[in-house]
Amino acid sequence: MIAIIDYDAGNLASVARAVSYVGFKAIITNDKFLIKKADRIIFPGVGAAGSAMDSLKRLGLDKIILDVFKRGKPVLGICLGTQIIMGKSEENDTQCLKIVNGNVQAFPAGIRSENNCRLKIPHMGWNGIKIIKNHPVFSGVGNDDEFYFVHGFYPDPVNKEDILATTDYGITFASVIGFKNIIATQFHLEKSGKSGLTMLKNFCEWEPC
Amino acid sequence: MLSKRIIPCLDVREGRTTKGIKFKDNVDIGDPVDMARFYYEEGADEIVFYDITASHEKRNIMIEVVRRVAEIIFIPFSVGGGIRTVNDMRSVLLAGAEKVSVNSAAVKDPEIISKGAEAFGSQCIVLGMDVKYVGKKYSIPSGYEIVINGGRIYTGIDALKWAIRAQELGAGEICLNSIDADGTQKGYELNLTSLIAENVLIPVIASGGAGKPKHLSDVLTKGKADAALIASMVHYGTYSVSEIKSFLDYCGVKVRKKW
Repeated sequence: MIAIIDYDAGNLASVARAVSYVGFKAIITNDKFLIKKADRIIFPGVGAAGSAMDSLKRLGLDKIILDVFKRGKPVLGICLGTQIIMGKSEENDTQCLKIVNGNVQAFPAGIRSENNCRLKIPHMGWNGIKIIKNHPVFSGVGNDDEFYFVHGFYPDPVNKEDILATTDYGITFASVIGFKNIIATQFHLEKSGKSGLTMLKNFCEWEPC
Repeated sequence: MLSKRIIPCLDVREGRTTKGIKFKDNVDIGDPVDMARFYYEEGADEIVFYDITASHEKRNIMIEVVRRVAEIIFIPFSVGGGIRTVNDMRSVLLAGAEKVSVNSAAVKDPEIISKGAEAFGSQCIVLGMDVKYVGKKYSIPSGYEIVINGGRIYTGIDALKWAIRAQELGAGEICLNSIDADGTQKGYELNLTSLIAENVLIPVIASGGAGKPKHLSDVLTKGKADAALIASMVHYGTYSVSEIKSFLDYCGVKVRKKW
């Protein structure tokens, strides 16, 4: 059973529907017991880092997520969930979970594309990835796949070996992070068509060594 | 680099897709859930549902459609039409839509934009604008006026001023519909689209007038739009979404090519 962490951060039902579509059973929960019992967890999220961390702490879920991670169970971060696993976020100057070493930065103002067009923030829409480190989660996915992004901040891991894929949007940022038994995507797997579903299914089947 | 989005638009009345010209003569063209699935499979980047159900009592039918759609397609989709309150927004989002669009309700009460953005985030809130060219005049400096109720009521509001105001209120995106071009299949209103797109920082979806792939390449380049809405040209099978995307790719417009 897969637990989708419920901490009042956006529409989690779409993640649950996508998981069930690829053939796995998921529950949306903030019950500590169920989360500890789950085989793997998904940590999604939409919204601001500050209020998300507040909710996690209020529900006592920050410690549970760390605990599940330390026990080696597969963890998937999505969008805000990916930022929350980092050290510190520039958004609301928030101390996050510090699972992955590095901070969360805002896209710099005034970024421009290769052909010098002003880029809009948040980065919203379909964009590609460049896989820089192989991982089972990429099985069936390549550099021609695109994913759906909605974010104004991005994770910036200190150890470059934690970066599995990057995306260009005025700057080059880490769009997929892999560290031990955690995989985290800045884009929304559940809204990225078949490319996203493929990665989601890969996560559901992934057994970290 | 971001891809330009191609977005089929489905007008839904009492649970069935309809298509009319200039908001009149609606004819039944199919089940919105089947059509959404079809366009998803064909490579649509997003889907827009516009609920044109007249009677308020039958609005729950749309929520049911949204729920069924959310179970089988895994790309963002938005729902507009008849959204008047934050609660209306909530029920659509909870049913599985990624975004909601407000149009007439926002003209009557602009606060609905800020309230929606506060409750769900700007990325959820699309401002739908129906616009008619009326000529430049003192009260309408851009020459483009906001109309509501399907183009029947002139509001006296300048389209450009309204777009900027909506952005300040927290709209995350603008869906810009030219009533003059809508249903003509003769091309998007490029002047209107570039005027708005160049003066706001949020993405603009061009709507109204698409008849052939060239119209999309025009609006996504000269028109400066971030996305293009299409309806008749795909609903009647004249073109497929994948054909349109191949053409755009050939023209050098960046589109998502694998799905």
